[in-house]
Amino acid sequence: MLKDQDRIFTNLYGMHDRSLKGAQARGHWDGTAKIIQNGRNWIIDQMKASGLRGRGGAGFPTGLKWSFMPKESDGRPAFLVINADESEPGTCKDREIMRHDPHTLIEGALIASFAMNAHTCYIYIRGEYIREREALQNAIDEAYDAGMLGKNAAGSGWDFDLFLHHGAGAYICGEETALLESLEGKKGMPRMKPPFPAGAGLYGCPTTVNNVESIAVVPTILRRGPEWFSSFGRPNNAGTKIFGISGHVNNPCVVEEAMSISFEELIEKHCGGIRGGWDNLLAVIPGGSSVPCVRGENMRDAVMDFDALRDVGSSLGTAAVIVMDKSVDPIKAIWRLSKFYKHESCGQCTPCREGTGWMMRVMDRLVRGEAELEEIDMLHSVTKQVEGHTICALGDAAAWPIQGLIKNFRNEIEDRIKAQKTGRMGAMAAE
Amino acid sequence: MLRRLHPEQPESFAFTDANLAWAKGQISKYPEGRQASAVIPLLWRAQEQEGWVTKPAIEAIADMLGMAYIRVLEVTSFYFMFQMQPVGSVAHIQICGTLSCMICGAEDLIAVCKEKIADKPHVVSADGKFSWEEVECLGACTNAPMAQIGKDYYEDMTVEGFSQLLDDLAAGKVPAPGPMNGRFASEPLSGLTTLKEYDSGKTKYNASAQLATDIGDTVKRIDGTEVPLRTPWIGEDGVVAGRASSAAAPAEPATPKPAVKQAEDAKKAEAPKAEPKAEKAKAKPAKKAKAAPAVAGADDLKQLKGVGPALEKKLHENGVTSFAQIAAWGADDIVDMDDKLSFKGRIERDGWVEQAKTLASGEETEFSKKVADGDVYED
Repeated sequence: MLKDQDRIFTNLYGMHDRSLKGAQARGHWDGTAKIIQNGRNWIIDQMKASGLRGRGGAGFPTGLKWSFMPKESDGRPAFLVINADESEPGTCKDREIMRHDPHTLIEGALIASFAMNAHTCYIYIRGEYIREREALQNAIDEAYDAGMLGKNAAGSGWDFDLFLHHGAGAYICGEETALLESLEGKKGMPRMKPPFPAGAGLYGCPTTVNNVESIAVVPTILRRGPEWFSSFGRPNNAGTKIFGISGHVNNPCVVEEAMSISFEELIEKHCGGIRGGWDNLLAVIPGGSSVPCVRGENMRDAVMDFDALRDVGSSLGTAAVIVMDKSVDPIKAIWRLSKFYKHESCGQCTPCREGTGWMMRVMDRLVRGEAELEEIDMLHSVTKQVEGHTICALGDAAAWPIQGLIKNFRNEIEDRIKAQKTGRMGAMAAE
Repeated sequence: MLRRLHPEQPESFAFTDANLAWAKGQISKYPEGRQASAVIPLLWRAQEQEGWVTKPAIEAIADMLGMAYIRVLEVTSFYFMFQMQPVGSVAHIQICGTLSCMICGAEDLIAVCKEKIADKPHVVSADGKFSWEEVECLGACTNAPMAQIGKDYYEDMTVEGFSQLLDDLAAGKVPAPGPMNGRFASEPLSGLTTLKEYDSGKTKYNASAQLATDIGDTVKRIDGTEVPLRTPWIGEDGVVAGRASSAAAPAEPATPKPAVKQAEDAKKAEAPKAEPKAEKAKAKPAKKAKAAPAVAGADDLKQLKGVGPALEKKLHENGVTSFAQIAAWGADDIVDMDDKLSFKGRIERDGWVEQAKTLASGEETEFSKKVADGDVYED
């Protein structure tokens, strides 16, 4: 298990002093100017060497992403935009960073912006996080008062402004180009790519969009060295990671752990086990609502990292682990996610706008068993027609949970349809 | 659910003084000419003040930010946090119903809402105090099931606890938000498994609940004095440091405005308004000068003496569509445009800039009268 001294977020639960002074006492804001004086290339090289992969779900290497920004300005300013629109069902990790350990994020924003030649950074926080926004704004004001932000930020010689902006309840604004549209005061509809944000992003200027956790871990990585960070987890899956475990465990919690921890260890050490024991485990969604579910029996030995979860047919996503015990109807669970995606589709692309509604309505009938057996394959085929045919990944995200359900729980769906047809409970009664 | 303007709207809307100061602080976060970025925060502030987003509020904010009404309306209807109809006078209850909350009992909480408030979401209860809706994931999944009431998250709820909470709120009390099962924040309920040394005599509540109890604005309509917005990024010299040290962002391309607004703008676009733009244009290299945005919609440029249909077309091709733009031309712009379109000194000879200033202010010139009378060009 990860030792406390190797945890980056030492005030994750907010039980320690949450002010700037408290953060400094825990080692944050230590030698920030010196880190910056090592220069842009050094910072980006260190980030690449650390093996940090983006923590917002896609897992793109952070150092590499930064290196896409133009080295020299062509007259346009550059921007860092931090994606704090944490809306992926199951995910609640960035909230803890922003309300309880905000200075990790603020210091990271300064260093990352410097590395990308940006004098301005916007944090886009989801609108519902009202107290979290107030807590983070207080921390930003505190940092300004102490000279950590503004002119010659933290004595680094770099002028830097950090602004907090908020949304108003649209999941789609977690998609980076929709977020930029929203930040410009428009409806959050994703943009076609290319041009990528690194070429033309916010206000048509070079922009990088990073997740909160990706930015907040930067100062500690640079202070302790990339070797330290990459010593956790398996190769290509380096570092520590905040996991959020919700649903049917005895003690749901948010916890920072080493990557590549086994699912069993994660649950036993921190969550007090599965409710009703391991035999009662039905299914797990290991990375937030967009990733396919995995049957309980395949999950117990699974390793929690990008590559290993791909091997069991799912993904690490945001490391938001949703645990379902046998009291849950898996078809209804996935129906609820279909309802979510239908609600959150921005309506720009036809396959997604129409497809999400269509899929939800079929799922609705599957929950009740009022369908034909052929409709299972028809539903699968529709998910395939939505997947990959939209501007952004919301269409994919709506398709994958259903594909995961059909792959893992086809028998349950068929049994229910048959039971409905014959009026007998069939296989379900045997349980 | 259809999201449209409510049939019954109040007469007017105005920010309170404190909220207006807040709004101005918020606008200062964005580069010049990009004030439209502030539309969501301003709409939200209006909702916090009034309880819901009204048509007069949409129009007032559009005027504040120089946006067309429809652009602000479409933002309002796109984002689900904006309530487009009146809500309960005490609180609007938002139950998170997405997967983690659903499997932890959100459906039972919704049943309580149906029983105690109203059969359907977005309907105000008989006593006028409450309304409710089921919302999508609120991002507090390890504290499921939960609800947002006013500005706060009530977490780890039970049916009994929630039912009691509604009774308390109806009686004018505001119970402390946060986890309702004795947890501090999102740590394991049975006790810390990590960070045991980092518990230094915690405050009474976690950061969110502490702010809620300190400020005390939980379910109230705010007047803006509760959480003012400081603007430490504006230095003593009135300059935003990070903005001063980076190049200017390119200007927003113009969007056409409705005819009524165009007419208003043409009246408003007098010389004083045009001046700052001329200065801005001078500050930039000459080649970029003509990129000054078309603020008002298209004017009939043929009303300028010296501009016929062919030249008007050329001007349009170069993004010049209004008198206000021509009125704002400096010497550099004239040279640039002259050169670009081989006008051979015509701009100065015919005095376009002076004519445009007059026309932009809504007055007429000798020549424009003739055009208006149909004496010059055939339609």
